[in-house]
Amino acid sequence: MKIKLQFIFVFLIIIFVLSIFFKSLFENKNYIPEKIINKLDNQSITEFYSSKNYKLKDLFSPEEYIILNIWASWCVPCRQEHLHITNLSVVDNLKVVGLNYKDKKNNAGKFLSDLGNPYDIILIDKNGTESIFLGAYGVPETFLIDSELNILKKYIGPINLEDELEIKKLIK
Amino acid sequence: MLNLIGNYSLVLALTISIIIIFLSFKTFKSKENITFNIFFIISSQFFLICISFLTLLLAFVYSDFSNLAVYFNSHSSKPLFYKISGTWGNHEGSLLLWLLVLSLFNLIFYIKSKKLLNAFRSLTIFFQQIIILGFLLFIFFTSNPFQLVIPTPIEGLGLNPILQDPALAIHPPILYLGYVGSSIIFSSSLSALVCNYVNKEWASDIKKWTLISWIFLTVGIMLGSIWAYYELGWGGFWFWDPVENVSLMPWLCLTALLHCTSVLKKRLNLKSWTIILAISTFILSMSGTFLVRSGILNSVHTFANDPERGLFILIFLTFLILISLIIYFKHNNFNQENKSFIFSKESAIVINNWFMMYFLSVVLIGTVYPIFLEAITNEKISVGPPYFNQLIIPFLIPFLIIMALGPKLEWIKNKKVRVKLTKIILFVLSIFISYLIVRHFSTKVLYLTILISPSLYLFFISVIDLNDEKLKLSQKLSHFGFSILIVSIILNSLFSEEVSVNLKKGEERQLSNYLLKFKNITKTEIDNFTSLKAEIHVIQNNKELKFYPELRLYKVPETITSEADIKTNLFNDNLVVVNYLKDTDYLNIRYQKKPFMLLIWISAILLAIGGMIGLRKDFK
Amino acid sequence: MIIKLFKLIFILFFINFSIFSAFAENKKVEEISKNLRCLICQGQSVYDSNSEFALSVKILISEKLISGSTESEIYDFLKSKYGDWIVYEPEFNKSTLLLWILPLFLFIFGGLLIVRKVIINRSIK
Repeated sequence: MKIKLQFIFVFLIIIFVLSIFFKSLFENKNYIPEKIINKLDNQSITEFYSSKNYKLKDLFSPEEYIILNIWASWCVPCRQEHLHITNLSVVDNLKVVGLNYKDKKNNAGKFLSDLGNPYDIILIDKNGTESIFLGAYGVPETFLIDSELNILKKYIGPINLEDELEIKKLIK
Repeated sequence: MLNLIGNYSLVLALTISIIIIFLSFKTFKSKENITFNIFFIISSQFFLICISFLTLLLAFVYSDFSNLAVYFNSHSSKPLFYKISGTWGNHEGSLLLWLLVLSLFNLIFYIKSKKLLNAFRSLTIFFQQIIILGFLLFIFFTSNPFQLVIPTPIEGLGLNPILQDPALAIHPPILYLGYVGSSIIFSSSLSALVCNYVNKEWASDIKKWTLISWIFLTVGIMLGSIWAYYELGWGGFWFWDPVENVSLMPWLCLTALLHCTSVLKKRLNLKSWTIILAISTFILSMSGTFLVRSGILNSVHTFANDPERGLFILIFLTFLILISLIIYFKHNNFNQENKSFIFSKESAIVINNWFMMYFLSVVLIGTVYPIFLEAITNEKISVGPPYFNQLIIPFLIPFLIIMALGPKLEWIKNKKVRVKLTKIILFVLSIFISYLIVRHFSTKVLYLTILISPSLYLFFISVIDLNDEKLKLSQKLSHFGFSILIVSIILNSLFSEEVSVNLKKGEERQLSNYLLKFKNITKTEIDNFTSLKAEIHVIQNNKELKFYPELRLYKVPETITSEADIKTNLFNDNLVVVNYLKDTDYLNIRYQKKPFMLLIWISAILLAIGGMIGLRKDFK
Repeated sequence: MIIKLFKLIFILFFINFSIFSAFAENKKVEEISKNLRCLICQGQSVYDSNSEFALSVKILISEKLISGSTESEIYDFLKSKYGDWIVYEPEFNKSTLLLWILPLFLFIFGGLLIVRKVIINRSIK
């Protein structure tokens, strides 16, 4: 009897362990960032051309959405996604804000004059700390936020056509 | 052509495997003697797997890119040595190596076990063949190393340059020998359970296999650490990385088993415990393989991940665990054991096992807990070095002291536990020395300082024990090695120093006691990479050391690796690593002083040598 | 003259002091960043990594230290941005209770098994 109980006990533990392994085998290993942080702080960031400081909230006019796109001239995938950012810049009630990440001003200017400037306003992150405040991982990274600074969607890495369409759908 | 030969010999090996399973079960049932046929069949299976492995090896050596594994993992410009090691540097090839070792051990077991009970022998071969069959099926269905690429590519995709290192080239095969050795322990203990053969004879047989896997696992883990130390250049040798933990778990289990078998051999006690340990060692090895290959763990070492592979190993693992559970609970009816004495060697070994199991549970829980938490609550946490240090270090104190005193106890009785004066003097001495160390070198890592006295105590005692005629040489040497290991690890982490600074060519900077000078940088083109060699001078107390750390820019695939320049002597390692900083002329220069690194490797080798001496004695 | 000397001594002292405190602060950054996972690297700590992410985190830590934040405030800040995953040392809370307790429980359980075995063995004789 005692042996039977022991057997059932050990058996159950092992079934539990194995089923967890089984479950995590098919789970999406990608890090889903929305779970961690869903609202940005109203931090103030320096503007690219005028060197004035802006609070994030002040960038909004009412009932508007913002695409916050972290980019740099040295980042290769940023060139790839540039087309989609440009497409988004013409959408109504969507403001495109760029955050220039650890870049040289000359290089960044050249990047924009070569490829076009899709941004309504460009902010500077000189040493990468502003991005840490945003909870970002690096370049490129794109946030879709509403006027309360809630993060509706976050894209790590370059955005593609699919993401572009998704953003358009989300703000309708 | 090569692909075909390799593939068909695997198919033949699979057929033979089924035949052996059938035959060995028949001989077990009929209680006949094992016939000559079985030997012939087993060796031909080994031969076939050998051929298949050799064809893969040749495909790598001759850069036959029509083979998918070669195409993905090799490149014609690679040095021959790394072409060869590329054979087992990938998932498919490493499985073939597993298989090779499995069948080799199967053969050796057959040859070496002639004196043992026949039913036991055939049943062990039966279980071992089930494992072999499982691996063969695994290779066929999910990871065939002989897949073709059509049309044949001209050039391969190269191998991760970080893996081009001599220690890493020989590290996997040796580790696998350790893992696979535990398969024999597993089969043999299941078979011994069924045949009711858990006795002294079996104990001394299983001890050999335990020692073999233990030696290989010790050396394998050590080579892995050496690789991490030299290649990653982070100055550490053990990161509590999940993949490292996975190899440490079977090692802890084997170490416990090693001690346990001698109790079984001498006193016929701890029968069911020995069996449990023997089974769990292999189960842990297999679970480790599952965790690493399925990509569930987040770690430095990654194989290409494929849930299908994970699923197959998981099913196989479930099957093995269930079989062993059922057999264990069905046949676990050991009669009353011999009386044990409180102050005896037996108790010391039981306590050793107790602590070993505790360390094992810390490592196990720390490694898999994040997986569980994520699966159940979706929370993601990290379990890093601080967790392991906090749970393991305090328990090391009693463990080390018992380890110092245990070997001197007798098997039967120690009526009067005589307290020798020397032991007390040594104890006081080690406390005094650790006091001095703490006084003079500030208490920067308070946590570790409590370990200095017990580890020094163990060291002194094991040095004295080296002269003791009554103790076995293998045991003395291994314990001596372990004591050096633990002392040097502690002193290493207490006295390591490092400074880091960003400098341009020609600049210099004073940091605490060190003056760092970035003298020069030279660029040279070598076979498959560009080398940037920096000349860095480090001056301390008017002593100038010159270092030539290197950055390697590989073309296939495009990666930068950093090669540390390490100056080693018996008591101190000095190393400088440079790192590339984006968009600047600056290099990040890190100088580290690591005392007693060499002693750590030497002591691990001493452990292994101790094991080998024990093995030689057992084979006599 | 004497005043000049005083000034010199004062300046030297001050420089020394600031070098020393910069050094101490570096040590602190080192200590904290060793306990942080570099989220975009494979199994490296922020301290060991030279990725852009890790470099930024290191700058952030030293900025926070200068502005007077304590170690645990910095951890809390980073956790609020990136989740518990970033810190190597798991916190003691409801979801990590078993992580910390289970090994100790097993240790006690093992000890009880051994004691029981000894008692049974004694009573046989």
